[in-house]
Amino acid sequence: MSAVGTQRGLRASRRRVAGVVPYLLMAPAVVVILAVLGYPLYRLVVLSFQHYSLAEIISHKTTWIGFKNYRDIFGDSQFWAILQRTVEFTAFNVALTMVLGTLIALLLRKVSGWVRLLVNTAMIFVWATPVVVAVVVWQWMFDQQSGVLNYLLAHVFQFGGFDRHDWFRSPVSGFGVISALVIWGALPFVVITLYAGISQVPVELEEAARVDGASSWRVFRSVVYPAIKPLVLIVMSLSIIWDFGVFNQVYIMLNGRPSSDYYLLSVYSYQESFGVGQYGKGAAIAVVIVFFLLVAAFFYIRQLLRIGEVE
Amino acid sequence: MKARPARLAYNIVGLFVFVAMIFPVYWMVATAFKENRAINAATPAWFPTSPTLANFRSAVGRAFFWSSVRNSLIVVGATVSFSLIVAFLAAVAIARFRFYGRRPMMVVIIVVQMIPLVALIIPMYVMLARVHLTDNLFGLILTYFAFVLPYTVWMLRGFVLAVPRELEEAAMVDGCSRFGAFWRILVPLVAPGFVATSIYAAIQAWNEYILAYVMLKQNHETVTVWLASFTTLRGTEWGPLMAGATLIGLPIVGLFLAIQHRVAAGLTAGAVKG
Repeated sequence: MSAVGTQRGLRASRRRVAGVVPYLLMAPAVVVILAVLGYPLYRLVVLSFQHYSLAEIISHKTTWIGFKNYRDIFGDSQFWAILQRTVEFTAFNVALTMVLGTLIALLLRKVSGWVRLLVNTAMIFVWATPVVVAVVVWQWMFDQQSGVLNYLLAHVFQFGGFDRHDWFRSPVSGFGVISALVIWGALPFVVITLYAGISQVPVELEEAARVDGASSWRVFRSVVYPAIKPLVLIVMSLSIIWDFGVFNQVYIMLNGRPSSDYYLLSVYSYQESFGVGQYGKGAAIAVVIVFFLLVAAFFYIRQLLRIGEVE
Repeated sequence: MKARPARLAYNIVGLFVFVAMIFPVYWMVATAFKENRAINAATPAWFPTSPTLANFRSAVGRAFFWSSVRNSLIVVGATVSFSLIVAFLAAVAIARFRFYGRRPMMVVIIVVQMIPLVALIIPMYVMLARVHLTDNLFGLILTYFAFVLPYTVWMLRGFVLAVPRELEEAAMVDGCSRFGAFWRILVPLVAPGFVATSIYAAIQAWNEYILAYVMLKQNHETVTVWLASFTTLRGTEWGPLMAGATLIGLPIVGLFLAIQHRVAAGLTAGAVKG
């Protein structure tokens, strides 16, 4: 702590008298962010305390109803079921993304150069694929009639039950497909970032540990992981933030008509507002989403501050 | 040594990862080139044996394809130019000056990019609907502009920091004005950063779906909205759909290849130091 303090003191003493110039330079960006993001965020909170439906949009009148929207959603068992589903969906995806991502990043250190090049190229292609494009491609792969997955499972691997299997009839298997899509899309960022971190760990360090008789798991836990821990925490917070807000992968995958079994908080908020026209209630749900994300963002930012990136 | 068989095993696992990751992309492109008969066959053909461009012709011949491309290009162009100028000014302020409120401002910039678009759609729609500004590309551009701004500031800040301050100071000693040093030294040296940043903004604006879907009617729709609304009453025609997906996805892959390392570095910059 004291070392950081002195460093900061040194920096402060080198501070120049900048006057008004930096504020002028910042002004356009600050104005745009406040007007286009800050103000709607404020309006979102206000809306969540109002009764607001299509009629109010047309008549320009609003009714303040206090916490009624919140009482309604918190008193509704459907909300709690959806919240639980969203948390489970996020936890499952983040856990699997992190584990697979770390394993693949570690694997990339062990493979031949040409295999690494192939895997990296595939990662970049996947990373670059727009979400909407990815969703329609996965729809096609999991299509009931001529999808390649059903063909593989039923005719190549001989699981007869998968002939013309409808993946989206049960939400469990439907969410399995959606999770696979989300994880597939999230892996490139995790793998490429963690691989960059892991390749900074000197090979000699690992070898020394191995000579001392450490098992592979022990080498990872005591040598590699401590070195990449800050990265892991950042990647994980970002994954939580992204997976908690998943919308397109559910909404487009189910052709814009997801049944309520498929609602995540984001889809629920959207349907309450634009499906049913209860914008006030939809806003209250969105406030809950933002609240959860701020908690995850807090850890992300604390980590960034800790490693001194915001100096 | 047992290194050789171990490497072989790792390579096999690595190849498996490669196939699992690339397959959806491959399947999209392969399907796009297949004949309709091969697409709906009970036994899928792993390669397009007699490749055809019919699906591509069908995709681009559909209603609103070209207008959606035009709309997306307008939105992308405007988003990129606005965000580049405004973000660069802010990046210079953060990277080159120490001023009161600098640190909180940086934290705000990071927090803002965490807010999901889904949460802001409702107030944005309500606000714009009241003033009858929905179904207007300008509203969409403004929103994308604000959404890419925090990250573009962050990204350009890194590029500005990489230019040694001494270069500008030397120019000023040699009689350049402050603005001259800025314009003749900093701007040219940050040029690669402009390229990377504009590609990033372009990708975001090109790929966004939900806001465009909520805000715009059919004659103003963007490419992602066009693609997502492809299904017909008789069921999806997978060939043209995959051709459309390829056309919309592949330009982005090219752009992305150019900046990929920058994006990862920007999101986690400095994290490996410790």
